[in-house]
Amino acid sequence: MYGGTELVGEGILKGMAETARNFFGSFVSKDRLTTVQYPEERELQIEVARDFPFLVYDGADWQQGMRCVACQICEKECPPKCIFIEKSKDKKPDANGKPQFYPAVFDIDISVCMSCQICVEVCPFDAIKMDVDYSLSTDDRFGGLLLNKQRLSKSNDYYRKIHPTEAAEVDARLAGERARQEAKAKAAAEATLATAAVQPASGESR
Amino acid sequence: MNIATVPPAPLDSEPVTEPSKEQLLEISMGPQHPSTHGVFRMKVVLDGERVVRLKPVFGYLHRNHEKIAESVTYLGSMPYTDRLDYMCSITNNWGYALAVEKLAGIEVPERAEYLRVICGELTRLQNHACLIGFLMQDMGSTGTPLMYAFREREKILDLFESLTGARMMCNYMRFGGCRVDLPAGWLDRAKKVIADFPRFLDEYERLLVSNEILMDRTQEVGVLSRELAVSAGISGPMARASGVDYDIRKVDHYSIYDRFTFRVPLGSHGDVYDRFMVRLLEMRESVGILQQATRAIPAGPIVDPKMKIRGFRPKPGEAYGRIESPKGELGFYLISDGSPNPYRYRVRPPSLINLTVLEDLCLGRNVADIVAILGSVDIVLGEVDR
Repeated sequence: MYGGTELVGEGILKGMAETARNFFGSFVSKDRLTTVQYPEERELQIEVARDFPFLVYDGADWQQGMRCVACQICEKECPPKCIFIEKSKDKKPDANGKPQFYPAVFDIDISVCMSCQICVEVCPFDAIKMDVDYSLSTDDRFGGLLLNKQRLSKSNDYYRKIHPTEAAEVDARLAGERARQEAKAKAAAEATLATAAVQPASGESR
Repeated sequence: MNIATVPPAPLDSEPVTEPSKEQLLEISMGPQHPSTHGVFRMKVVLDGERVVRLKPVFGYLHRNHEKIAESVTYLGSMPYTDRLDYMCSITNNWGYALAVEKLAGIEVPERAEYLRVICGELTRLQNHACLIGFLMQDMGSTGTPLMYAFREREKILDLFESLTGARMMCNYMRFGGCRVDLPAGWLDRAKKVIADFPRFLDEYERLLVSNEILMDRTQEVGVLSRELAVSAGISGPMARASGVDYDIRKVDHYSIYDRFTFRVPLGSHGDVYDRFMVRLLEMRESVGILQQATRAIPAGPIVDPKMKIRGFRPKPGEAYGRIESPKGELGFYLISDGSPNPYRYRVRPPSLINLTVLEDLCLGRNVADIVAILGSVDIVLGEVDR
């Protein structure tokens, strides 16, 4: 069925030649030395890297500037159901001064999370994003991996630092929305002013 | 290890060699055995060194994949498909996306189709390279071929990482397209990896193809006949090694595979060596497809603009989407009742179906051959047990 080989032991010789070539090759070309001496030197995470979600806040105070409005879409869409949200009873003003609900409780169990990024994709408020921090080991297997609202909150500056391109897009979109809202509010205010101005005039004429 | 209490298997051809039941030895290979590619167990009944019976035991890695999919949204199952065959997550995504697109009648933009082909074929390259490496490792070629394969796989995984953010759990496809577009410079890097790949293949072939130890260990070992391959529903490189000309890229014309010229390598003996050679040749064809696809990729949207990410509810109905995954025919069967979750979700895993003929391949062979035969079937237990 198959033809035989010409030389007995040819395979072994070829293999040994290959080993020798690589052994001595390592002394010559330095690009073979790809090992990173981990704790001392660390490679930077690439921009699209993702591990666990965090909550973005604007400004300096994490409670004031939290973008999340507790709409609970991410909680519903999360495939392994690792997000737990409790909506607040009252409303607090958000970054634009508009009263909004806020999450009274927002927990993510990162021992369950599978880093799929679906919460980020479904969030209509750009409130939840993926972190790149990988040094998360802890000796507390329950509390240490169940992140609460405070531990999840990270500033927008941090987000800009880890995902510059994506953050620039989000900032531009949010700024555009804010400008549109302001223009709308201004137009509405002008309209009420105008009607207010018109009304007394019409009263006079009557 | 215990002496078998079951009666010996009927061997009607040669009654002289039929062993008495005291001579049979039943051993358990696995579930924790380095050669079983995960948690897989074989109950092997031996007569001396010869395999008389072999019973595969599945289910150690069962994670309830199909039932979970019925309780999460259609999109929510996408990251779970990554974990089926964790060596090639992108083709799993593709098969699932294809089934949902059939179910809901979604069109995929052209650029997205090209992206899918490029990522899918890169997946095939790294899967086949690693499979050959593992096969050599199982047969005692410690290290070198596997490390060479992993060196190449590393380059492909780096491409996946910079595209999708993850090396293995890519979660890249979306219904009606792909999740993200190519980052700047990605295509040039991919072209370089693809251009360098044949050099690795040449090196691999030079070392392995005519190696006498490999030929001794694999030729005429684990022969799968053409008839058995067809009747047992074997697919993928394993069926093609037995001479069955069945490649879903050719017969189903899914995606845009009609636009590329590539050949389907076929084996003639159906033994372990042919399975190894078919994969080696398939990698060359994949390189050809990749070169054509990276040259012809058009600009445009990467996802169907009508498709929204929240609140996806396909109309009631059913659909079966299948693709040629590196391991064989990967199919997803879905029934929708109009709710956000599938009513029924079923995976047709190529690894599991290809594994069903393991006993036929191993009968009469030595214990050491079981390892080589199992290696050549190409299983990933995440997919077998789901």
